[in-house]
Amino acid sequence: MSNPSISRESRVSRTAVTALMCLLAVYFMLPVYFLIVAATKPQGDLASTNGLVFSHFNLIDNVRVLFTRSDGIFGRWAVNTVIYAVLGAAVGTLISALCGYALAKFPFRGREVLFSVVLGGVLVPTTALALPLFLLFSATGIVNTYLAVFLPSIVSPFGVYLARIFANAAVPQELIESARLDGASEFRTFFSVAFRLMTPALVTIFLFQFVAIWNNFFLPMVMLQKESLFPITLGLYQWNGQTARAPLLQESVITGSLVSIVPVIIVFILLQRFWRTGLTAGSLK
Amino acid sequence: MTDISTRVPRAVSSPPGRRRRNGGRPRAGTIAAFLTPFFLPFLLFYVAPVGYALWQSLRVVRRTGGQWGTSYTTFGGFEQYAQVFQNAEFWASIGRIGLFGMVQVPVMLFIALIMALLLDTPLLRLKAFFRITAFMPYAVPGVIAAIMWSYLYSPQLSPVIDLFESFGWQPDFLGPGAVLWSAANVSTWLWTGYNMLIMYAALQAIPQELYEAAKLDGAGQWTIAWRVKVPIIAPAIVLTTVFSIIGTLQLYAEPAVLRQISSNISSTFTPNMLAYAVASGNNYQQAAAISVVIAVITFVLSFGFMRLTSKKAGL
Repeated sequence: MSNPSISRESRVSRTAVTALMCLLAVYFMLPVYFLIVAATKPQGDLASTNGLVFSHFNLIDNVRVLFTRSDGIFGRWAVNTVIYAVLGAAVGTLISALCGYALAKFPFRGREVLFSVVLGGVLVPTTALALPLFLLFSATGIVNTYLAVFLPSIVSPFGVYLARIFANAAVPQELIESARLDGASEFRTFFSVAFRLMTPALVTIFLFQFVAIWNNFFLPMVMLQKESLFPITLGLYQWNGQTARAPLLQESVITGSLVSIVPVIIVFILLQRFWRTGLTAGSLK
Repeated sequence: MTDISTRVPRAVSSPPGRRRRNGGRPRAGTIAAFLTPFFLPFLLFYVAPVGYALWQSLRVVRRTGGQWGTSYTTFGGFEQYAQVFQNAEFWASIGRIGLFGMVQVPVMLFIALIMALLLDTPLLRLKAFFRITAFMPYAVPGVIAAIMWSYLYSPQLSPVIDLFESFGWQPDFLGPGAVLWSAANVSTWLWTGYNMLIMYAALQAIPQELYEAAKLDGAGQWTIAWRVKVPIIAPAIVLTTVFSIIGTLQLYAEPAVLRQISSNISSTFTPNMLAYAVASGNNYQQAAAISVVIAVITFVLSFGFMRLTSKKAGL
């Protein structure tokens, strides 16, 4: 007797729920969709045509202009971004893994103290460090070099925190013991046994650190004056500030934004499952 | 190479007896070799700048003689801090960010929570699609997100404004009252999906049996969501709140980009923008003091919030 009313009720709430989620999905996709449309248009169509409707397909030409502008400086920024974010995250993941593994698997005095220090570091926002770092670096003369952005970027307390959790979960103590009995050095044990078992976790750590560096605008902003050292974000920011004087830059800012976020979005979607492991560890432990 | 040189003598000079003596533990030198690659840069690029900023913030620049005198830095006690607290621009930036945080953080986390709960019910299909679209902005750096949105706010280019105009309403997203909320919208767009996934991951970890018991008691989906799920994932919600508070206080990139198209954002709009503006004026000691004050406020608020909620919820 009550069955049909329940199913009608659930059909109503199912529709309401789906409608709400669709609305939010539109909200999340709107700026990216706008960017895709705008990147395919010639500069002249940006203001004169509807921003959500495709007009003349000019994407290839826009990309060519983007990469040839100012002697191909955008390509340089892209390479710099790879150096800062990809290489930086790779080095950072390795040192986080070594440290997290040692904190998880080696019993020694002061271990918990060191781990608390790392946890304190998780709560220090990297933005807060940028200006003090600039003061320190300008005293030592490495401001306005690759190292000024690269070196601070490799440090990730959150990476150590995750590495310790993952090393505890993924590397059985017996395996380490038996590798030791076989006479393997601790480093050999780490690289041949633990590293392989921790690989999925290391991908997660890498992704988080990559985003942190990719997102950290304030550090390069403070450290770098030389255009040839800029990451993409800082370069686009500078171009965006010049569009009032050079309106033709607008199309390059739009195309450059699209070209730089599309590969990252694709990699993110492909590596989805690694996010979930990290976010679970981050929220539960 | 190293294998042979270390293994051979050890095999000769350290029979099992030696290993047993230190319980199969690695030596101090080995432990240090694992820890140093992280802790050395950590010390240099995390701890040292904090110490250096503290020291700088206690110094002042003084001048000798008149107009042609030379300047020198010396110990000034809390003079820089006194100046920070007397600076009207500092308080204005704190007020702006406070207002921003009190509205944006709850709104964003409420949307994130609703989405996470809906993704966790059997009511919804296409879950993977909704999850991915919400998480996608996380791949976009704040600067590029702000550039994208600034085109949607710009009166010349925005299709959104065109749309509203066809309904007879002319919104000004860059006006003096609105621009703060336009910046808040960029943050919400960027971080809702990330926070949603943290809460969703926590929901997924709840054992299903818990719901069975509630269902047997006659509880519907809504009751289960609010009475069972939300209290269980409270730690995840606290965590996202703390991260959001920290993020809000550091706000820089989004307002800096919007400043390029709106005269209603000053160069001292947020505390970090103020610190940067002061440092650009070569007043490093004052900038250091501002940085320290921001860090202390961040620390006090995030820890305070954690303590408050853990007492209330008994976590």
